[in-house]
Amino acid sequence: MANKDNLLVVSSSPHIHSSNNVSNSMRDVIVALIPALIAALYYFHFAALKVIVTCIVVAIISEYISQKMMKRDITIKDSSAILTGLLLAFCLPPSIPLWIAAIGSAVAIIIGKQMFGGLGNNIFNPALIGRGFLLASWPVAMTNWTAPFDGVTTATPLGMIKESVVQELPSISQLFMGNIGGCIGETSALALIIGGLYLLVKGHIDWRIPFSYLGTVFALTAIVGVANGEGSWFPLYHLFAGGLLLGAFFMATDWVTSPITKKGRIIFGIGCGLLTVLIRLKGGFPEGVCYSILLMNMVTPLIDRYTKARVLGGVRQHA
Amino acid sequence: MNMSTFKGGTHVPGYKELTQGLATIPAKIPNKLYIPVSQHIGAPCIPLVQIGDEVKKGQKIAEGKGFVTAPIHSSVSGKVLAIEKKQHPGGNFVNCIVIENDGKEEWAVTVQPNSNPEELSSEEIRKIVFEAGIVGLGGATFPTHVKYAPVENKQAEFIILNGVECEPYITADHRIMLEKPERIIAGLRYKLRSTGCKKGIIAIEENKLDAIEKLTKLCELEENIEVIALKEKYPQGSEKQLIFACTGREVPVGGLPLDAGVIVNNVATAVAVADAIELGIPLIERITTLSGDGIKKPANYLVRIGTLFSDLIEESGGFTGDIDKIISGGLMMGKTVFTDDIPIVKGSSGIVVLKKQLGVDGKEYNCVRCAKCVDACPMFLEPTTIVKLAKRGLWEEAEKNNIMSCIECGSCVYVCPASIPLVQYIRRAKLAIGAARAKARSNGGKK
Repeated sequence: MANKDNLLVVSSSPHIHSSNNVSNSMRDVIVALIPALIAALYYFHFAALKVIVTCIVVAIISEYISQKMMKRDITIKDSSAILTGLLLAFCLPPSIPLWIAAIGSAVAIIIGKQMFGGLGNNIFNPALIGRGFLLASWPVAMTNWTAPFDGVTTATPLGMIKESVVQELPSISQLFMGNIGGCIGETSALALIIGGLYLLVKGHIDWRIPFSYLGTVFALTAIVGVANGEGSWFPLYHLFAGGLLLGAFFMATDWVTSPITKKGRIIFGIGCGLLTVLIRLKGGFPEGVCYSILLMNMVTPLIDRYTKARVLGGVRQHA
Repeated sequence: MNMSTFKGGTHVPGYKELTQGLATIPAKIPNKLYIPVSQHIGAPCIPLVQIGDEVKKGQKIAEGKGFVTAPIHSSVSGKVLAIEKKQHPGGNFVNCIVIENDGKEEWAVTVQPNSNPEELSSEEIRKIVFEAGIVGLGGATFPTHVKYAPVENKQAEFIILNGVECEPYITADHRIMLEKPERIIAGLRYKLRSTGCKKGIIAIEENKLDAIEKLTKLCELEENIEVIALKEKYPQGSEKQLIFACTGREVPVGGLPLDAGVIVNNVATAVAVADAIELGIPLIERITTLSGDGIKKPANYLVRIGTLFSDLIEESGGFTGDIDKIISGGLMMGKTVFTDDIPIVKGSSGIVVLKKQLGVDGKEYNCVRCAKCVDACPMFLEPTTIVKLAKRGLWEEAEKNNIMSCIECGSCVYVCPASIPLVQYIRRAKLAIGAARAKARSNGGKK
C-alpha cells in the first residue's frame, strides 16, 4: 500500500457532483432581474432605489434574526433572502412609504419563509406573502401610483381598463418599454422578457409554467376581447401590463412552491392564468397575479400527487 | 446523424481522453495471483483444487451448484499456495485461490480449439459458454449462458451488444471495439444462432465515433447486424435505458429484458464468447482501464484475472501524490475500496484513482424542490419525494412511489443543487424494505 499514512476515503457512489448549487442558482435569478432593475432605476430614479434597498436590507436582517432565534444555521449567504427582498420591492409602488415596505419584507421572510422551516419548506412564495399582506393592510398606499420620471400621480393601465377610461391608455410600445405607471419592477415588459429568457436558457426554470400561464391569460382575454367587441389591443395589454410577466417568469416558477412534475407545471400555469383573468375582469382589484399565484401555491402538493409520471415499464397509476 | 437516446438522464463529464487513444497493453503477469471464488451474481463457487496442487492455465479450479453460476479457471500455470480470505472489489471478504505463477504458461488439456464451430447446435454453444465461465463483463457479472437459455413462451427478437460505456474515465470497451471488432461480430453471430434472434444490434455512443465507423464498415455485409449510434447521455449503458434507446421498447416493471424481447450483452462479453467457442479459451483475462488524476500513467491493460490492483498501479508508475479514493468501477456507480490489495475480477472494467474530491463535501442542504432529480431520473421516479418518505421510515409509501424500480444510477445526486445524497438514502431504504419483505415471507412460512 503506497500511502499508509493517508487512509483512503470510502464512500457510496456517485463520486462526482455537478457544479449545481442553491446559492449559484439564486444569484443567477438575481442576475436575470438586472434588466428590470435598470429599467426601474431609469423610470423611477431614487424613489425605486430607496424601496429596493430597504426591502433587501430588511430581508437579510429578518432572516438573520429569525434564524438566530430559531437556532438554525444562518443561510443569508445563499442569497435567497436578497432575492425575496428584490422581488418584493419589484411589486411595490415606487411611492410606498419605506416603513411599510420594511414591514412587508419582514413579513415575507419571517412569516412567509422561516416560520415554515426556511428555504425549501415554505408553501407560499415569500415575496408574494409580503405583498399580499401589505395589500390587505394598507390598500391605499399600495395602490397609489406615480408616473415615470416626474413622480406625478397617475393610474396603471390595468386600473384604467378597470375604470373604463381606455382613452387615456398608453401605447403598446410605451407599455412594452415600461414608460407607464405601475410597480417598481413590473413596468418594462422588455426587461422582464430578457430576464425570463435568460432563466430559460440557463435551465433554472421550466418553460411549461410561464408559457402555460401567459398563454392562458392571452387566450382568455382574447376571447373576452372579441366577445365584448374590444380591439386587438385588449389581450396585449393584459399580457404586458401589471405584474403578469414578473409573476410568470420569476414568481410562479419559484422552485419551492411550484409542482415538481412536468404535467403538474402545465396545470399550475393554466390555473394561475385562469385565476388572474378572473380577478382582473370580475374581481374587485385591477390586478390578480399575486393572489392567483398564492392560491395555486396552495394546491401544489395536490397537483403533484395526481400528476405523478408513469415509471418506465410500468402501468399508469394514481397514488 | 439522427441519433436516438432514452428519456431523462444527465450529462456527466467523460474524462476519457486520458486513455481512449491508448492501445491496450498486456499487463505484466504477477508471480502470485489471487483468484476469488465469487466472480458472478449468485452463490460463490466451491474450489476444486487443494493447496499444493499443480494447475495449468485455463484449468477449472472452482465451480458452483445450480443454474445461475459460472465456473472459475486458473489464469496462469503454477501451484496452489493457499485458499484464503481477501477483500473483493465488491466490498466483502471472499475466499481466494492463491496461485504461484511458474511462468511456463502451459495450457490445460481441456483448452482445445473447435474444428467446426459453425456446426455447433444452440445447446452446445450454451454449454461451451457456461463451461468457459463467461459472465457479463460490463460489471454486473450475470452468467451469460443464463441469458441465452430458452424460456417457455418467450422468444427474444433482438440481441443488443452494449458498447455505450457511459461511466467517466473507463475506456475498456472502447478499446476492444477498436482492437477486436471482428471478434465482437463473430461472438454476436454465435449468440444470434444459439438464440434464434433475428437481429443483432451493436449500440455505441457518439463520443466513440471511431468505433462507430469501424464497426459500421465491418457490418456492411452482415444482413442481420446493425450498428446504432446513440446520443451521449448518462446512464445509457443501463439495460432498460439502452433497450428503450435502441428499440423504443420498455422492460416491464419487475420483468427481464426478455419480456421486451431483448437480450443485452456487453461487447467484451461477445469477444469472450467467440474466444470460447472457436479457441476453447475460458475467461481468464479482460481489459481493465486504470485511470484518474491519482495515477501517473493511465492505461488500458489486458490483465489476467487475479492480478492485484497494486500490481497494475505499480506498472503505471504509482500514485501522483496523496490520493483520496480508489474506485473499483466508474465515478457514477463504482465502489470505493480501502486498500489496493484487491484482486481484479471478471467484472473489473476499470479502476479509478482520484486525488481530488469530485463528489459532494458531505454537507446536505434543504431540498428546494427544484425537480432537477425528477427531470434526470431515467426511470421517471421522483427521487426527492421517495427520499422524504424514506427519511421518515415510511417504507410502504416509498414502495408506492416505486422506490424498488430505482436503478441506483446516481443521476439524481449528480444534479442536486442541495447536495442531497438521494441515491444513498434510497439504497438504504431498499435494503430495509428487502429485509422486511424477507422477514414477512419467513413469518408467513411459519404459519
